[in-house]
Amino acid sequence: MGSSILSIIYLIGSVTFILGLKMLSKPDTARKGNMVAAAGMSLAILGTIFLYRVNDAPLHNYGWIFTGLAIGGIIGVLSAKKVKMTAMPEMVSMFNGMGGACAALISIVEFDHLIKLIKNLYAPVADDHLALQLLESSTSRGTVIIILLSLIIGAVSCAGSIVAWGKLTGKVKDFSFNGQHFLNLGVLTLIVGLSVWLVCIFDTSPGTALTVFYIIFGLALFYGVLFVMPIGGADMPVVISLLNSFTGVAAACGGFLYSNPVMLTGGILVGSAGTILTILMCKAMNRSLKNVLIGSFGGGAAGAAAAGKDQGNYKEISLNDAAVVLAYASKVIIVPGYGLAVAQAQHACHELEKQLEEKGVEVKYAIHPVAGRMPGHMNVLLAEADVPYEKLLEMEDANAEFPTTDAVLILGANDVVNPAAKSDPASPIYGMPILEVENAKVVIVNKRSMKPGYAGIENDLFFQPKTSMLFGDAKKVLQELLSAIKEV
Amino acid sequence: MEYILTFLRQHIDLIYIVILSVFLGIEVISRVPSVLHTPLMSGANAIHGVVIIGAIIVMGKAETDNYPALIIGFLAVILGTINVVGGFVVTDRMLEMFKGKKK
Repeated sequence: MGSSILSIIYLIGSVTFILGLKMLSKPDTARKGNMVAAAGMSLAILGTIFLYRVNDAPLHNYGWIFTGLAIGGIIGVLSAKKVKMTAMPEMVSMFNGMGGACAALISIVEFDHLIKLIKNLYAPVADDHLALQLLESSTSRGTVIIILLSLIIGAVSCAGSIVAWGKLTGKVKDFSFNGQHFLNLGVLTLIVGLSVWLVCIFDTSPGTALTVFYIIFGLALFYGVLFVMPIGGADMPVVISLLNSFTGVAAACGGFLYSNPVMLTGGILVGSAGTILTILMCKAMNRSLKNVLIGSFGGGAAGAAAAGKDQGNYKEISLNDAAVVLAYASKVIIVPGYGLAVAQAQHACHELEKQLEEKGVEVKYAIHPVAGRMPGHMNVLLAEADVPYEKLLEMEDANAEFPTTDAVLILGANDVVNPAAKSDPASPIYGMPILEVENAKVVIVNKRSMKPGYAGIENDLFFQPKTSMLFGDAKKVLQELLSAIKEV
Repeated sequence: MEYILTFLRQHIDLIYIVILSVFLGIEVISRVPSVLHTPLMSGANAIHGVVIIGAIIVMGKAETDNYPALIIGFLAVILGTINVVGGFVVTDRMLEMFKGKKK
């Protein structure tokens, strides 16, 4: 009875995941979709706790389980509630890493369990016939493959996500060296080789197998670090999305392990949807996935060569002059970037927009699909500041409007307005669609310094005659601009 | 080689689920406006937290004196719960903001 109910619960859970994802992909239903999936998840978790049977026996250790759920729940809610909207990408990355770690830990316990079983069968008391039967049964070999897959993918995803988190918070710098690709390939080959060997020997020498298993675990963690380390910060969203789908696959391996359909559907759905999402993001940046993963952006020769180019002169503009330019323009387009996000300047930005509108200036925002650290990052931030939806222009629409724009105000965006993406085939970001701000009459760039953006390359835009620089923290500059404009 | 075939045969219903889910995932996601990429990624991130169920099973069937398994399982339950709960709450927070500006 219980297990039939559980099957139905799992069925409902699977359906809610599908519906949830479907609803999440439409703006009107997205929030409800998230709730639907969350409800399905809660149902599946509760069902598992109370109705799951192992050899007809209910689960035990309830104390541990509920304590774990409570601790995890509290940490999860607190960190999710407390995190600033600007730090969202790294939060998602962190959560993803935890899911990966969870999958890897499950594999460790299950493998340990399996090895114990085999060791017991080798003990003199064991019935030889029974032992042989178990060892020859294909199931256990298949099980080991699944456990290994879950371990490796989970560990790579966990370590990779933590590095990605470190990069986004600025704790970890891009790091690559010559021959890194060979090292990566070598480690990966070693992992695969050891895994194959492990699958062959685990039944005859369980002791060695356990050691090898932990070595593989270590190598997989190491590979996760190597995998993400050389990839530039500009590509982090793609990497996080990819690691997200990895964790999905790791969860699905768990589904295989326990013949658990809800884990399987949930995991695989995320795996495939995540892969598609990754490809969509790559398309938004006009880069292929291969390019992102192998052609490690920013690091290496290309970045250095571009940075070494002659820089020319840039000119600065004073706050008051900038205020005058903006106040007397008839159309202003604001291009927000990561600088706006780190400075938490979205509200100040909205204030400025309102002030300009009062002066009769038409103000719009041009949103590059990958501005900030994640696709849609800017939309989320500006929505938080109550910027009306109609004011946000997508890239194509914005590009059509720049020629009739009097002034463009760039707030901490760099690579997404770099003309080198169109004109310089040697540039690492060549081919990425950009916001063609140079078509506007005047461009005012707010940056903290002349330091290159995340791709690590210089931006010719800053040296063009129509561009003037307004240095400083985006929030401070916007507030000062606001009071200056009030006085104009 | 044979064990792989046997394994596939024994799990053929699961393999059907896998293959159908792959296509379903692709179908469900294609044509998403780029505005929703981040919330969608975050939502998907929460859904793969379903791995928590595995952690619960590990915990629930561990012998009460098998401390290594209990401790690792306990850790897995905590991490998995953070993934699920945090993921859904963060996604909700993001989407809440979208709703505000609509009307």
